[in-house]
Amino acid sequence: MRKGLDTARAVVDTSLKNILLDKRSSIIKKWRDVIVDTYPSETQRFIRKEKDLFANPVGNIISKDVETLYDELIKDGDDDKITLCLENIIRIRSIQDFKPSQAIGFVLQLKKLVREMLESKTPINGLSGELQAFENRIDDIALLAFDIYSQCRQKIYEIRVNEVKNQLGGLLKRANLTFEIPEQEPEL
Amino acid sequence: MADTPKPDELAKIDHTPLVFRGWMDTQPEIRPGIACYGSKSKDLKYVDMPNPRDWSPFDDDWKLPENWQETIHEGFKDRLDRFRSFKLFMDICVRCGACADKCHFFIGSGDPKNMPVMRAELLRSVYRKKFTVGGKLLGRLAGARELTEDALKELWYYLYQCTECRRCSLFCPYGIDMAEITIMGRELTNLVGLNIDWIAAPVANCYRTGNHLGIQPHAYKDMLDFFTDEIEDITGLRMEQDLNRKGAEILFITPSGDVFADPGTFTCMGYMMLFHYLKDLGLDITWSTYASEGGNFGYFTSHEMAKRLNAKMYAEAKRLGVKWILGGECGHMWRVLNQYMDTFNGPADFLEEPVSPITGTRFENAKTTKMTHIIEFTADLIKNNKLKLDPSRNDNLKVTFHDSCNPARGMGILEEPRYVIKNVCNNFYEMPPGTIREQTFCCGSGAGLNAGENMESRMRGGLPRANAVKFVHEKHDVNMLACICAIDRAVLPNLMEYWVPDVEVTGVHEMVANALVFEGEKKRTTDLRGEPLPGMEDEEDV
Repeated sequence: MRKGLDTARAVVDTSLKNILLDKRSSIIKKWRDVIVDTYPSETQRFIRKEKDLFANPVGNIISKDVETLYDELIKDGDDDKITLCLENIIRIRSIQDFKPSQAIGFVLQLKKLVREMLESKTPINGLSGELQAFENRIDDIALLAFDIYSQCRQKIYEIRVNEVKNQLGGLLKRANLTFEIPEQEPEL
Repeated sequence: MADTPKPDELAKIDHTPLVFRGWMDTQPEIRPGIACYGSKSKDLKYVDMPNPRDWSPFDDDWKLPENWQETIHEGFKDRLDRFRSFKLFMDICVRCGACADKCHFFIGSGDPKNMPVMRAELLRSVYRKKFTVGGKLLGRLAGARELTEDALKELWYYLYQCTECRRCSLFCPYGIDMAEITIMGRELTNLVGLNIDWIAAPVANCYRTGNHLGIQPHAYKDMLDFFTDEIEDITGLRMEQDLNRKGAEILFITPSGDVFADPGTFTCMGYMMLFHYLKDLGLDITWSTYASEGGNFGYFTSHEMAKRLNAKMYAEAKRLGVKWILGGECGHMWRVLNQYMDTFNGPADFLEEPVSPITGTRFENAKTTKMTHIIEFTADLIKNNKLKLDPSRNDNLKVTFHDSCNPARGMGILEEPRYVIKNVCNNFYEMPPGTIREQTFCCGSGAGLNAGENMESRMRGGLPRANAVKFVHEKHDVNMLACICAIDRAVLPNLMEYWVPDVEVTGVHEMVANALVFEGEKKRTTDLRGEPLPGMEDEEDV
């Protein structure tokens, strides 16, 4: 796991943490909206409305994993859980009509949501150190999201290449048109 | 850290991407990864398709013939006159939206033009402008638009993102069959030479050589010989098959994918073992190197092309003088057979109603087509206690079943595969309702869309199916996804690798053959894939 996650985590102090816990449901809702708003308006209605996991996997996965991601983020969360949540969301977004920045931009937008929330309630100055640490942590998660996005894209290309190789290579081999060096030379 | 932005500066950064606007004003970007390559001139020429040329959907210039609009409008009119269903489907949709969220491509992509109603609207808008008074007079207000080059490109892009799976039609209160709209739309694109390479090349190969890959008869025989050797290694028994044998009672036809692509090849070995098992019980069956393709990519081109390719099955049955045809595990092959074969090339009066030579069961559902699905044939064998089975040989498998769209929705084969699976393995788990049986989610790669270049599109289309597999994988530790379709067997392994990496894919007859107990066989230590059978991990042969 990324080293930065550990260093940033320790600094997120309790007062900011309390505010983030207090405003949990409101921020999570806004964060979900940020992701859902990246889809065309006709699609947004469906993604928000349909609650059946199997009829609407995209909406339900976003909904569930954003919530878990937020919870893990504000407490001394489990890095594996954070990775898994990001993977679930980004695996979907990396094959949809998004540019890389659009696919993972939602992570960084949490900073904006938290600042907007703080501005309306609390003087930011008093929390600047904690906020800086929290935002550093979000930056780290954004980098992790970038890694995951790259892995997903790489997987697509691997699958594509392997499919071609299996089709052509397998056929030639079976038609006895190729000769592979055996692992053990036959004894003469 | 000197350049660290101030909080108020940070708050102004906007990460929100642009969103969608009104559909008529939004031209899609024809994207690599989503669109398939264009058809090649040589393939279209070989089967006399119009306007052959090499072209690419990623170029601005699609090299359309000069009179392309006229050609499409005339083709449209011709089809509206010939197919009453098409005319109805153009007129009666009230845009209630019941179909909108039922398409696997919409669910997976989030692209509203993949809603079945919207995909159809792309074609309906052209229809209204040319063929309805309201559309001619009111234009956009009546949902009508000119057939411009951009409109044609958009239409093409989305017609080739529909797998003709018909899930949406289940939910339409009027029974509009979106697959038929796609079929007609694709026919229109074919009039101006706009097929995709992955359909056009198999069509030409199938017409010329007999199967999608253009595998010639000697290579087909080589493959079956290779499987015979493999089976002998596993069972100690030589299970030779008959090829092109005149006078056999039954002709067996299966998709070429079973013979040439893993993991379909293991299903093919399964058929071979079953036939050998039944030989002494009276099965008189032959394979054919000429009718060496059950699939029919002509069906994704035009009705006429589907008919031409379908005819070879009948021609070969006639040439060999068989009584009836047994068909392998395939998807659209069965939709063509069940819904079109009779009127394409029937009636096949020279054949007889299929009767199982082992059980005497009469397959009345195949009274007119004279062709029976192997899963029905095998289910009947099991029901009549004709097979000695040891399901514990499949105890390493925790199986779920993917209903392939065409056998499930197209002809109602729902119980037979489940019955067979439950008799040949001990661990079977259904995926959630709403994702199986009539409502099954497509693999995302049917109707000729199993090309490689559209891999992202395939992963999108397969997301709802994979999501249901993931659920049973996490809940019941399912590790094997069974299916009865060759395209499924070709594409689901890739889909699983992306979405649920620990699940493999199998045909049902592979599991049947693993469980089948032969008299005189050697001690079986491995399954057909060469993996150790449960409890045999330490055996020397493994």
